[in-house]
Amino acid sequence: MIDFTRYAGARVGGTINRLLDDSHSRHLGIKLDTPFTRLLVALIVVAFAVAVYRIAFGLGASTNMTDYWPWGLWISFDVLGGVAMAAGGFIIAAMVYILNMKKYKCIARAAILNAFFGYLLAAMSICLDIGRSFVIWHPLVMWQVNSIMFIVAIHVVLYTTTLGTESSPMVFEKLGWSRAMGRVNRCMVGIALFGVLLSLLHQSSLGAVYLIAPSKLSPLWYGHYIPYMFLVSAIMMGLAMVCFETILTGKVFNHNPPRDVLEGLARGVVMMGSLYLVMKLIHLFTGPGVGYLLSSGLLGVLYLLEVVVGVAIPVVLLVRKESRKNLDTIFVASILVVLGVLLNRLNVGVFGMSSYANRMGADYFPSAMELLLTMGMIAFAILGFKLCAKYLNLFPETHH
Amino acid sequence: MSISRRNFLKGAAGSGVLLATGAPAAQARMSKELPPEAVGLLYDATLCIGCKSCVVNCKRANSVPGGALYKEGLVPAVADSFLCTKSEKNAPMTPPYETSGLKGNEGVWDAAQDLTGNTLSVIKVYKNGTGLQKDAAVNGHAFFKQQCLHCITPACVSVCPAGAFRKDPHDGTVYYEAYRCIGCRYCQIGCPFNVPRYEWGAVWPEVRKCQLCRHRYQEGKYAACAESCPTGATIFGKVRDLREEAKRRFAMKAGTMYEYPIQTLGSTFTNLRPSAAYADRVYGLTEAGGTQNLMLSGISFDLLGFNKDIPSSALPDLTWAYIAKIPWVFLGVFLGGTALHQITSRMNHSDKEGRHD
Repeated sequence: MIDFTRYAGARVGGTINRLLDDSHSRHLGIKLDTPFTRLLVALIVVAFAVAVYRIAFGLGASTNMTDYWPWGLWISFDVLGGVAMAAGGFIIAAMVYILNMKKYKCIARAAILNAFFGYLLAAMSICLDIGRSFVIWHPLVMWQVNSIMFIVAIHVVLYTTTLGTESSPMVFEKLGWSRAMGRVNRCMVGIALFGVLLSLLHQSSLGAVYLIAPSKLSPLWYGHYIPYMFLVSAIMMGLAMVCFETILTGKVFNHNPPRDVLEGLARGVVMMGSLYLVMKLIHLFTGPGVGYLLSSGLLGVLYLLEVVVGVAIPVVLLVRKESRKNLDTIFVASILVVLGVLLNRLNVGVFGMSSYANRMGADYFPSAMELLLTMGMIAFAILGFKLCAKYLNLFPETHH
Repeated sequence: MSISRRNFLKGAAGSGVLLATGAPAAQARMSKELPPEAVGLLYDATLCIGCKSCVVNCKRANSVPGGALYKEGLVPAVADSFLCTKSEKNAPMTPPYETSGLKGNEGVWDAAQDLTGNTLSVIKVYKNGTGLQKDAAVNGHAFFKQQCLHCITPACVSVCPAGAFRKDPHDGTVYYEAYRCIGCRYCQIGCPFNVPRYEWGAVWPEVRKCQLCRHRYQEGKYAACAESCPTGATIFGKVRDLREEAKRRFAMKAGTMYEYPIQTLGSTFTNLRPSAAYADRVYGLTEAGGTQNLMLSGISFDLLGFNKDIPSSALPDLTWAYIAKIPWVFLGVFLGGTALHQITSRMNHSDKEGRHD
């Protein structure tokens, strides 16, 4: 390893050395120079170029959005999807720090870090999606309390900061700054509580964004309860995401995922999934009705896909106690849940909002630049997580 | 690691401050009353001859300092946004005509096809079958106008996170302050009439919509579209009077001779002609809680392509029902979270003691 004290002096060089020391994660066997990592880096570089082009030439030059499709892939996938994917962070933080469920502590760091990257992804995407990126701070000084978007903006800022603070002990620990670490750890319950509050409001307010559009959003998704449906589906997806990521990191890095933790999380997925399914059914029968569903063509198919494949099948897969002992079953079910909720966000954000565009005969398919930027964002999250796994003590219980 | 009760109380106190800052929200709820001196337009499609004089004069009148299309250049706009100020601009600007890709049109005349970032109002045509008879749904044709209707409780004002859309408390016009805008386009999602348009081609884009020529009132002028309409299809006036006028016309028997005022309600210039058969309803009395601009048509508005699913109540109420609950969530999470933490901490503690025995 390179000794940075030779280049940067004893103090700075020593800090860099400590940061780059990966001896504690050697048992995980994380290699940086792999074809996959190179692909990730390439995607990030391309996305960066796209971002520069977007800033320099505007939205019309880089995206396929029009007045008939004011919100496209970036809002529905990166922002709505990315934030929903990050719901695992606040649930695990609540379980560990507020409800004292100590057995989940071993996955807390990974789950919160994952959420942090989800929020960073959403924040960067919304920054590029708005037309005047450099004045994104305006809502923070020009309060407008009637606006859900104002509430969303405040929460993105506060919660990304909260997630950063929740993740900071890892870095302090690495640097050997024990006093800073102790300070953050002492306040952790308060921070976790604040995070729970922000998440509850933020997850539901992303659904509440669409409350104003009863004449635009298809009745298959519109309802006065859409904020609560967003919240419940985000919790379900957050738990599934933590399952997925724990099993995946277990497969990719050489460590055994804790089984009883996964069983507990899978039980949570079943509970939230059942609740969500009941909400969906009540909404369907009291709102648009089965007849409307069957007669609405593509939208009906998308709705069924989202509810059957994304909710009903995973719940059935995991409902028996024995099946929750099988990691492969949990893995498949959690992937289905994640895809199902992502489809739900796309349905609400793009497909379900198509009525006006359809009347005007306007199409939308994301431009190459929109797709490349989204792919680069995902690559950024994966690479960031991988780097953190290598250089930070992300799985504290497993290497002792 | 142990968490003292004191740290907890600190957190709870912090939440109290946030709760207190949430308090002004209770007074910020939007009015559902028509402003006292509210002004608006009445567009009567049966009088419209499709000359588009309103469209082109709208562009001219709004391309002067203060107008809704006026844009001096990129740099002052960026500077205004950063400094959160509205600067006085007065350099001249040519009206942004639409070429719409037509051959030979090099910006000499306006060929607006739809509302865009450069077009605040537009006349469109409905045609069916042979299209011979005016204002007939079958084998007929009709003109109709699209522009901002100036809602009494506007969704765009309620959804804007930076307060870039405002409603004048006096005359009720809904206007836009570009220096506040962040370009999130939530106004486009929120507006049930799909009116706000975006400058997609611009690097520092603005949202564009009709602002009822409010920059002309001080000079004693009124909306340019009404001023330039030769038949009285678009007239300007006080909303309360316009409502009476619209209802009177709608209740009239088809063929009754009627003196239609030109330019403004109560004008001395009138257009004497038999009234047409009005269809459907007076558009704008109830849509989205009522609008200041009203429309009459010989053909139902559904056929003209207007959204038929717009609720008849104010849209901001739908989100207010959610926002009003937020302070309670603050309270519930902090009280409930604290209680659960204390209980589970004690349970863990007694568990450990039990094991020691």
